[in-house]
Amino acid sequence: MTEPLEIAGIDWRRVSPKYVVVDVIGYIIFAVIVLAPAAFVAWLINQTWAWAAVIALGVIFLLTIVLTPRRVRSIGYQLREDDLLFRRGIMFQRIVAVPFGRMQLVDINRGPIARALGLSELKFVTAAAASGVTIPGLAEQDAEELRDTLVALAESRRAGL
Amino acid sequence: MTRVTERIPEGRFTDGEWHRMHPLTPLLKGGIALVAILGYFVYQARDILIDQFFGVEHGEEPLVWLVESDFLLIAIAVIIGGLLLFIGGFYLSWRMHTFRITDEVVEVRSGILFRTNRRGRLDRIQGINITRPFLARLVGTAKLEVNVAGNDANVQLEYLGSAAADELRREVLRLASGTRVETTEHVVDASGSIIEQRVNELLAPELDAEALAAESVVKMHLGRLVGSLLLSTTTLVLIGFVIAGIIVVSLTGELFYLGGAIPAIIGMGSFYVSRFTRSLRYSIAGTPDGIRVGFGLLSTSNETLPPGRIHSVLVSQPLLWRPFGWWEIKINRASTSSAKGAAGQANTTILPVGHIHDVMQVLALVLPDMTGEDDVQLLHRGLVSPGGEDGFVNSSKRAAPIRWFSWRRNGYALTPNSVLLRKGRIWRELIIVPTARIQSVSLEDGPILRRLSLGALRVHTVAGPVSASLGAIDRPAAIAFLEVVSKAAVTSSTNDTSHRWRSGEALA
Repeated sequence: MTEPLEIAGIDWRRVSPKYVVVDVIGYIIFAVIVLAPAAFVAWLINQTWAWAAVIALGVIFLLTIVLTPRRVRSIGYQLREDDLLFRRGIMFQRIVAVPFGRMQLVDINRGPIARALGLSELKFVTAAAASGVTIPGLAEQDAEELRDTLVALAESRRAGL
Repeated sequence: MTRVTERIPEGRFTDGEWHRMHPLTPLLKGGIALVAILGYFVYQARDILIDQFFGVEHGEEPLVWLVESDFLLIAIAVIIGGLLLFIGGFYLSWRMHTFRITDEVVEVRSGILFRTNRRGRLDRIQGINITRPFLARLVGTAKLEVNVAGNDANVQLEYLGSAAADELRREVLRLASGTRVETTEHVVDASGSIIEQRVNELLAPELDAEALAAESVVKMHLGRLVGSLLLSTTTLVLIGFVIAGIIVVSLTGELFYLGGAIPAIIGMGSFYVSRFTRSLRYSIAGTPDGIRVGFGLLSTSNETLPPGRIHSVLVSQPLLWRPFGWWEIKINRASTSSAKGAAGQANTTILPVGHIHDVMQVLALVLPDMTGEDDVQLLHRGLVSPGGEDGFVNSSKRAAPIRWFSWRRNGYALTPNSVLLRKGRIWRELIIVPTARIQSVSLEDGPILRRLSLGALRVHTVAGPVSASLGAIDRPAAIAFLEVVSKAAVTSSTNDTSHRWRSGEALA
């Protein structure tokens, strides 16, 4: 087994550990929404395989929730001289490099749970939909500072399409 | 309200004043329906006249009933009133539809009740398309469309005089290019009577000054076009259906099931015919203001893509085309044109079918940075080389479990201005992305890739039919790719001046 992907000389900036809470609560709500009707159906038809399916789903959710802290730790970003580096994922890992000049807009989003914990999510949008750079779990202050930095950097390195 | 220039002085549209469309516009836009309605009445009236002469009873024709009833006058009045309203509406909409072109923008105002005003920046132009639907061509008009990046972000000038549209395109491109050199190209000679002009234009619509100057680099051969259509995936599907149909019929013994195939066959037939007629007069040529791609037999379309508007290029070879050595080229672009390319595909296919020689010619136009001897060699190897030491960074033997046949060929190459991704042994593909157009680069990893110590990489460009990704590359090579390409993307996009592509030209 090889080591995970790593780029030499990058000191990743991590997102707030509090983001684990947001993610876990989100997954629990999702799990309840999926599992409750599934369990009801299984109870209604009372078949072994139905219960097996429900339990399998439950185990998957449990694993996802247990792995959340690691997944959150794997999220990282760093501003280099001319581009933004972003990484996430443990099993399916992804590293993206986006030149600042390619920025079309920056979004800051706050969900209800994240807001209660004072966290924001920053989305960096380019002309390519596939870029997909969304940094979750930033402290509100940090997110706004990062946004202003990015906008200023993009302005100084502006490029066409 | 600004003054609208009534007469066009010597075809100069780009003086910053407001101009109107061609006077026949209302007729072309709504006239078809009008002609159809009139035709119906004339036809019916003829029947009535014949009946009157020969005294044959004709039964329950609506018009016969009208003539015999007392409502005739009212009906005629209503019809004439309706027609007048119709014509008046179109006339008004023509009066209200004006456009102007300044040094910075192209602007259109239209609408009677709901006014719209649309402005496109000239340095954001992604392409200019002149289409001539058959009817519009008959009367010598054309539709000009200025494509700007984004969805539904086109400025349409519908309709203009045919020669005026060509000149307008030349002028808009000149303004957009940022050059200060005046064009010296002469306008088409407009001698002879109107009818003569029409006939000439119809027979040789591409024979204008510009098209003569820029000879198409690819000739579309009839046999190749037919062959490429017959050997397309559509045909495979069709054959599959036919076989399935035969099996079903022979098993059940009921011919009834064949009935279901008829709509499918009609659909396929029209697909073939439209694709055929669209591609038949395909032409592609380089001009100082970009590539000109033309299509169409009866309704023609002719598009200019300025330099630097092509975000990625895919050269591919379907399996069935391989014995004949045919290839196809598709591109990603930031704009979507409402006019279709060869046969209903969005006009992202810029070479429907061609030999490797044609492919190299088109690539030289599409990628002006890749015309050096070495680069051409590299492109050629990218298409046909089976792999090995050929200038590409290829997968290693470790990739064999997930790239059974293609691991020797699966790889990338970097030139100062482009990224080349090569893949596929059976379905051969080469993807070229100019580094100045890269939006971002990513590196991906999964459990299988990690076990084999490999990585996948992806270059993001604007959306389109080309997806620039490459799997199963050695890890160090993949990481190096990210580092090098992300730097190259920054450098070349800073140095890129293609939004004003001829701004370097000096004053003549």
